[in-house]
Amino acid sequence: MAKTIKEINERIKKKKAVVLTAEEIIPYIEEKGCRKAAAEVDVVTTGTFSPMCSSGAFLNFGHPSPRMKMQKVWLNGVAAYGALAACDVYIGATQIPDEDPANKIYPGRFEYGGAHVIEDLIAGKDVLLRATSYGTDCYPRRELETYIRLEDLNQAFLLNPRNAYQNYNVAVNLSSKVIYTYLGVLQPNMGNANFSSAGQLSPLLNDPHYRTIGIGTRIFFGGGIGYVIWEGTQHNPCTERTENGVPSEGAGTLCLIGDMKGMSTHYIRGVSMMGYGASLAVGIGIPIPILDEEMIEHVGVRDEDIYAPVIDYSSAYPERKGEIIAKVSYQDLRNGTVHIRGKKVPAASLSSYPRAREIAGILKSWIQTGAFELTEKIAPLPGVESGQTFKPLQIKKERGDLK
Amino acid sequence: MKRVVSKNIILHYPKEHAEKPIISNLIKRYDITVNIIRARIGQDEEGTLVIEVSGKGDNLEAGLNYLKDLGLTFKPVSLVVLRSDDRCTHCSACTVICPSGALIVEDRHAMEVKFIQDKCIACGLCVPACPYGAMEMHE
Repeated sequence: MAKTIKEINERIKKKKAVVLTAEEIIPYIEEKGCRKAAAEVDVVTTGTFSPMCSSGAFLNFGHPSPRMKMQKVWLNGVAAYGALAACDVYIGATQIPDEDPANKIYPGRFEYGGAHVIEDLIAGKDVLLRATSYGTDCYPRRELETYIRLEDLNQAFLLNPRNAYQNYNVAVNLSSKVIYTYLGVLQPNMGNANFSSAGQLSPLLNDPHYRTIGIGTRIFFGGGIGYVIWEGTQHNPCTERTENGVPSEGAGTLCLIGDMKGMSTHYIRGVSMMGYGASLAVGIGIPIPILDEEMIEHVGVRDEDIYAPVIDYSSAYPERKGEIIAKVSYQDLRNGTVHIRGKKVPAASLSSYPRAREIAGILKSWIQTGAFELTEKIAPLPGVESGQTFKPLQIKKERGDLK
Repeated sequence: MKRVVSKNIILHYPKEHAEKPIISNLIKRYDITVNIIRARIGQDEEGTLVIEVSGKGDNLEAGLNYLKDLGLTFKPVSLVVLRSDDRCTHCSACTVICPSGALIVEDRHAMEVKFIQDKCIACGLCVPACPYGAMEMHE
């Protein structure tokens, strides 16, 4: 019998909801079958913990005296975007200090960046704020140097334009020299295959058609509470899908928001990708309400049912050729060896499966104890029916609108 | 019969010792098997040698004392590369970089990365390759 989110929330309030993680549900369905599992289980929790470059934070510092229209702003030497109201900034995860040599000394180390500033703020550390301005009648101050701390900020929220990618590439290197990518160090001649997805635990792979995850969905975000507020950038629902609806390449993405003051550095981490840049590892957990048998079929997805495309990051990827060398299952990736073009290639993950499991477990306990209720989505994400695709950028020499 | 004992050590050669047949003496005088894992001579001609030394208990101790008496400093490799348990998120990126199998996911259900310090050869490749900054090298 079908359930509603309202009915599930009544059970959560009474601490009677039956909650399993996206891993635990798999043997449960195998034992009880879909119909019984759908009747018995209220919620399945998912989790992921992975570097996600499209992440950043909005901060409001309040005004100094005299007041200041902060034009150029640095936090621990990392530039933040200040072209907003006087004391508002956005600090992006991948911003590096102005004096960082980047890849001039190749491969660069990128030991500190915007992501690390975000981590330091969440850790409760003092962060050096430096700002300059041109000065106005109402905002006369031209220079500022002070220390700030998360607890003293008026607002501090992560607003990540693209997180929780629904499946992703597996990166290999077909060239004869080592390369450094956002999917890690890739050894020559297919020395390794790197991936970054929690597979069967991953939020959007458990709700492949975005039936329950939508705008307004309350989530576990960096150790605190967050919300899905939009489709993520590069959201691409119309990719190739298997019979059960699971995309076999990067597909949907989510735009997420959450209060940094409730977050923990255990689930928000600055990362340094050698030769590539700084990024932020973000812990996300999304509850999937088991409304009916269809949802049980979706959350029953196993690593062996999910395939990812293997792409050469020495040529096909940077040249945007889109050639897929092979498709491999998350079961093989997780087991540490994939077979590509007849070669046994060791596989490694950039995302942490143990931490994804931990997040799904924590969200489960929040729901079981009545501390976290589910939300109805207030608007859907574009699905397969939208026809929406991920368009590449065409380089044009002339203005097309003048013809 | 005394048991053969084996140790991985990192050995620092000061400039004045760089041209002496120290390893040869270690082998001939103390009957120690030396397996050179990594050798590096710096710009100022100081050297760092990572070796696996194995020999019968007393011989090994006497050989290591010989190195000490010469004024060479060494320590077990297991103390050179350290992992911060707080920084490590068990992602597994290091496991395809580590050439000696010291960083490895053994249990494919738990998916946790084990650091087997006895297998570490102090090559240092894991330090920049770890996105989370969990690996540190103290030579």
